[in-house]
Amino acid sequence: MTGQITPAPDHATALPRTGRIGMLLQRSEAARGYSLLTPTLLIMTIGILVPFGILVTMSFWTQAGFGFDTALTTANYEKAAERPIYGALLTRSLKMSAMATIATVLLSYPMAYFVAFHVHRNKMMWIVLITLPFWTSYLLRVFAWKVVLGYEGVINSFLMTLGLIEAPLEFLLYSQSAVVITLAHAWAAFAILPMYVSLEKIDRSLLEAATDLGDGPMARFLRITLPLSMPGVISASLLIFIPTTGDYITPALLGGPDGAMIGNLIQKQFGAINDWPMGAALSIILMLSIGAIALGFMAATNFVRKRIS
Amino acid sequence: MTQNDAFISIRNVNKFFGKFQAIADVSIDIQHGEFFSLLGSSGCGKTTLLRMLAGFESPTSGEIYIDGQPMSDVPPHHRPVNMVFQSYAIFPHLNVRDNIAYGLRKQKLARAKRYEMVDEMLELIKLPDYGDRKANELSGGQRQRIALARSLILRPKVLLLDEPLGALDKQLREQMQLELRALQKTVGITFVFVTHDQEEALTLSDRIAVMAQGRDLQVDTPTRLYENPVNRDVASFIGTMNFFDGTVSAINDGIAKVDAVGLGEVRAGNVPSGLRPGQSVCLAVRPEKLTVSENAPEAGSNARGLLENAAYLGERSHYYVRVDGVSQPVAVSAQNRQRADGKAEDKRPVWLSWDENAFVVLEDG
Repeated sequence: MTGQITPAPDHATALPRTGRIGMLLQRSEAARGYSLLTPTLLIMTIGILVPFGILVTMSFWTQAGFGFDTALTTANYEKAAERPIYGALLTRSLKMSAMATIATVLLSYPMAYFVAFHVHRNKMMWIVLITLPFWTSYLLRVFAWKVVLGYEGVINSFLMTLGLIEAPLEFLLYSQSAVVITLAHAWAAFAILPMYVSLEKIDRSLLEAATDLGDGPMARFLRITLPLSMPGVISASLLIFIPTTGDYITPALLGGPDGAMIGNLIQKQFGAINDWPMGAALSIILMLSIGAIALGFMAATNFVRKRIS
Repeated sequence: MTQNDAFISIRNVNKFFGKFQAIADVSIDIQHGEFFSLLGSSGCGKTTLLRMLAGFESPTSGEIYIDGQPMSDVPPHHRPVNMVFQSYAIFPHLNVRDNIAYGLRKQKLARAKRYEMVDEMLELIKLPDYGDRKANELSGGQRQRIALARSLILRPKVLLLDEPLGALDKQLREQMQLELRALQKTVGITFVFVTHDQEEALTLSDRIAVMAQGRDLQVDTPTRLYENPVNRDVASFIGTMNFFDGTVSAINDGIAKVDAVGLGEVRAGNVPSGLRPGQSVCLAVRPEKLTVSENAPEAGSNARGLLENAAYLGERSHYYVRVDGVSQPVAVSAQNRQRADGKAEDKRPVWLSWDENAFVVLEDG
């Protein structure tokens, strides 16, 4: 019987057994999905949902001396609506953050465009270089801007040496423009990266096709490159607008009295003023405003995109 | 020779990418209204040449004239040519109508007039009512037609096509070939078509340039390319070809008598002008020009061989016959006019025979 293959006895062919959990994981895709999601879900629940619940609840309390009056009331929200200072600060924050967002996107787009279209070697190195400012602490960067923008800072002394101005420009530091400039610089990488990704994804033959169909460089940019990179521009805008509205370090250090933002006020509620329920209420109001604006922005861009296409 | 009556004139064009020479001294003339194909395997320079016509690459030296105008200083968006890209390059953010109307923007037409032209184009490519479709709702064949319509609507002097049928499946491809040919006849625009598929090139073209390693080996009609290839590269690129070595014994009236190894005396056409008796040459014959038989043919030229291998393909059979002194088995293709008895595969001695004008002489021995 040489050369003939005989089936092995039964006990030898037994496949390795999996446990009950292993079987479940193998059979059900949902079970696999949830088990993979578990760590994130846990962190999300403990780290975000629970504190958020506390914040919402607290916003309906009131401060009583050093403790809380836990009777539920909308007093904080009424106060926020009545006193003009809150509304004014909120509007100013949204305005400054919008300015910073626009400035950042406008300044970052050419950079993203350059890396996506004109860098052919060492792209990775360019990406790393873009994130370089993040290798130092945020505070250090803010102080660096203080040095640049200050009364006797780099810009003022340079202009005075040249004789272009006689006294230091006061609007540079401790003003809204100082905050906008610093924010634009600080958040540049967050704008460049998503815009770079969406520019990089554009099929080069589409650009050639547009040229072939008679578009010069400018028309081609407006009709093909810009619309196709809009997803990147939108995510960059949201990525910057949302966190900068609530920022309080930058306005605290560079804003001066004119440049204070809602974040500073919220921080004071939890600190010097010691009115946590009011701080919580302001935080919720800020969150809702940002949410509304972000949704409105997305709806608007969606609408525009449908119109131009 | 800067200008002649050719519609597109490619004059001594060279193209280097760094040290790599993609195009080596190519000169081709293309007539008005011609369906002209650039045929070659990948990397032969055919796409580079097409991109130079479109203006996406510029020649390192040499000049391209279109309709008498030198093209060196004309940027791609001002050239009177349009291109259908291999990937079709349909703009994903626009619907079909706006894709087709894309190039009309410059002509400052009223919206209604633009859409009227688009509808005409949609009619022409047999996709009416597709105007509002999104680019991602289209099949490969539809994308291909829309890319075609997008270029044709601008009435270019020349339409460049970069393997536009490459991504389609076989059936659709054959259908599109017929449609493309019919369309070209309808619109009367000069087509320059790049392909690596010889069958496609033979079906579609008025004339074909066979390219290899950046050179144009032969520019000719499909029939002449197939029947009278100038050299071994062209002969073996298009279809199957049997090659034999031989020595010329006599030449008269454009027919060479050649003493061929393994075949004896053979008469061959397509004689190059410089050929003299006594020279050694390469002979070539197509498989379908040979006949294989078990009994000695009564008349005509013939040779003996041993049937080594046979493949039954239904409508026809391929036989491979070993002939003494010839290194490769000789391929023979025959129509199965009688019903096959299944014995064709058996190894046995056979006779090869051929008609008077079956063989051709190739330029490079």
